[in-house]
Amino acid sequence: MITTIFVPGDSTALAVSADAVAAEVAAVARARGITVDIVRNGSRGLFWLEPLVEVAAPQGRVGYGPVAPEDVASLFDAGFMQGKEHALTLGKVEELPWLASQQRLTFARIGTTDPVSLADYEAHGGLAGLRRALALAPETIVQEVIDSGLRGRGGAAFPTGIKWRTALQAEGGTKYIVCNADEGDSGSFADRLLMESDPFTLIEGMTIAGLAVNATMGYIYVRSEYPHSIAALNIAIERARAAGLLGASVLGSGRAFDVEVRKGAGSYVCGEETAMLESLEGRRGVVRAKPPLPAIKGLFGQPTVINNVVTLATVPIILSRGAAFYRDYGVGRSRGTLTVQLAGNIKRGGLIETAFGITLRELLMTYGGGTASGRPIRAVQVGGPLGAYVPEHQWDVPLDYERYAELGAVIGHGSIVVHDDTANLARLARFAMQFCAFESCGKCTPCRVGAVRGVEVIDEIIAGRNRAQQTVLLRELCETMVDGSLCAMGGMTPYPVLSALNHYPGDFGEGVADAGN
Amino acid sequence: MTAPERSTVSSAEVAAAVTAAIKRHAQRPGALLPLLHEVQELLGYLPAECETRIARALNLSRAEVHGVITFYHHFRRHPPGRHVLQICQAEACQSMGCAALMDHAKVSLHCTDHHTSADGGFSVEPVYCLGQCANAPSAMIGERVYARLTPARLDELVAALRAADSR
Repeated sequence: MITTIFVPGDSTALAVSADAVAAEVAAVARARGITVDIVRNGSRGLFWLEPLVEVAAPQGRVGYGPVAPEDVASLFDAGFMQGKEHALTLGKVEELPWLASQQRLTFARIGTTDPVSLADYEAHGGLAGLRRALALAPETIVQEVIDSGLRGRGGAAFPTGIKWRTALQAEGGTKYIVCNADEGDSGSFADRLLMESDPFTLIEGMTIAGLAVNATMGYIYVRSEYPHSIAALNIAIERARAAGLLGASVLGSGRAFDVEVRKGAGSYVCGEETAMLESLEGRRGVVRAKPPLPAIKGLFGQPTVINNVVTLATVPIILSRGAAFYRDYGVGRSRGTLTVQLAGNIKRGGLIETAFGITLRELLMTYGGGTASGRPIRAVQVGGPLGAYVPEHQWDVPLDYERYAELGAVIGHGSIVVHDDTANLARLARFAMQFCAFESCGKCTPCRVGAVRGVEVIDEIIAGRNRAQQTVLLRELCETMVDGSLCAMGGMTPYPVLSALNHYPGDFGEGVADAGN
Repeated sequence: MTAPERSTVSSAEVAAAVTAAIKRHAQRPGALLPLLHEVQELLGYLPAECETRIARALNLSRAEVHGVITFYHHFRRHPPGRHVLQICQAEACQSMGCAALMDHAKVSLHCTDHHTSADGGFSVEPVYCLGQCANAPSAMIGERVYARLTPARLDELVAALRAADSR
């Protein structure tokens, strides 16, 4: 019998030498005359254990990790082909509490399959949502998504079905589906993991969106920093076309839909939907004023649905299991699951998909196990570079869009970046302003000039020159940016800045005498 | 410090690359970015003289093409070193010491930001997020991504590339 050995081939695993591990497994097997089938699956999201090698043993899939190339011979010696014990044994991967306690809906398949095998995809529940959608009227699909309570997972949390309804009702020649895969937020990697580990889910979700609003063309705008995602998507799209899943007649239905990958070019602001449209049209990624909404007048002036990768990839399970199934997860108006990305200075980082309502403390302590450095956690930024620093006394607030808004914080795309007690929050606030200055598209003054002034003012505060006066100035500047910016780039940069100032005033020199001019 | 750069490409090479890219992409909707990506992949950078040719093919002004090239950080107007080392400097990597890693790279490779080492071997650049935030700090060399980096591991990677180059 040929044993199957899984060595992840997504970029998380590649970045920690998974290719060398896979090559060593093949070499040792060959040297010992053993025939093995090496499958390059995607990571399951337990990133601290990568490269996490799994063996399809008689008792189930047994994991070993993190495996270095030099561990491979001893794994064979220990009998890992039969799932036997070794110093790196993790046990049955699906029973690991870190994974078993999650509610994997959108990410149900990641790590279990060969990402670019359409047969594997179908064998694990793929295409069920699309098959059901093909039998439904566009209005019915849209209603199903509205009823599921799904909100945009890219950060804005706008109800997805409402956006779709607007696009469906809009008059237009060619309508478009644009997938926002410009995942530029530090701390986030959910989009990347999905594109590399289960790309057909995104293609299926986009196709369903196309059927729902009568769009015939989809673009996936992927950042240039993600070459592996682009490669995985291109292979998957090619195979989807060959299998008749994409093209002039989706699964023989007579309905046309096709998808194309477009590569970004290193601009953070292109993650903003209207800047992305400009970029797709071949221009500088300068934000457009709204209205008109993209759903009415978007790409090439046509009705366009723009959704994040996770949002679109959640649609197949909503269609296959029904709106009620999805809506039953979550709390308040935050329905379904949240894809948490635990990152930074954390002992056990990775992807945690769980129903809304979990607390930051549980994520940081139970899942994360504290910092990687072993020092106390000092600051936690939730929701990316435009998200607030959430201090410890707020860690028990359930993760819910509305509850976080009450705190002056955001859930955003679900990234959580942990810093230990060596972090200086004035420096991090300065970085937020500097990043905004660097990435501003320049269209509106509060962002373009405000961010530059923000850096200057924080420098004065750090240097202790007229600190009290400069602090008032910083707050006023933040107010102007929040109220006057065209998009979230300038409008939300004050979130990390003000939360740092409010919760960590000591880092800004409060209580220390001015250094004078 | 202005580091010596790798030799620029000839006009004939520019013309060939631009012609090939135009042929492949000019008819696509929103052709400019895919076209620029292709030229950069062929030449390593976007020489100033490609702007006029691309502008003419897409019925744009040269200013529009120039404006797009200079807006996006990914597009280069000068030839990079043989290996481009991009070290993530975003928050998650900051929490795991990416500033020290960057300092180490600049000192050991004798580079400043966006400059190329004297031997033309390496360019060092900051980048903002490679999506490896749970295994920080991370970096890319060309299109290969590396995570859980330390200065010692970075030295090994650099040494391996140098050894391969000198063979």
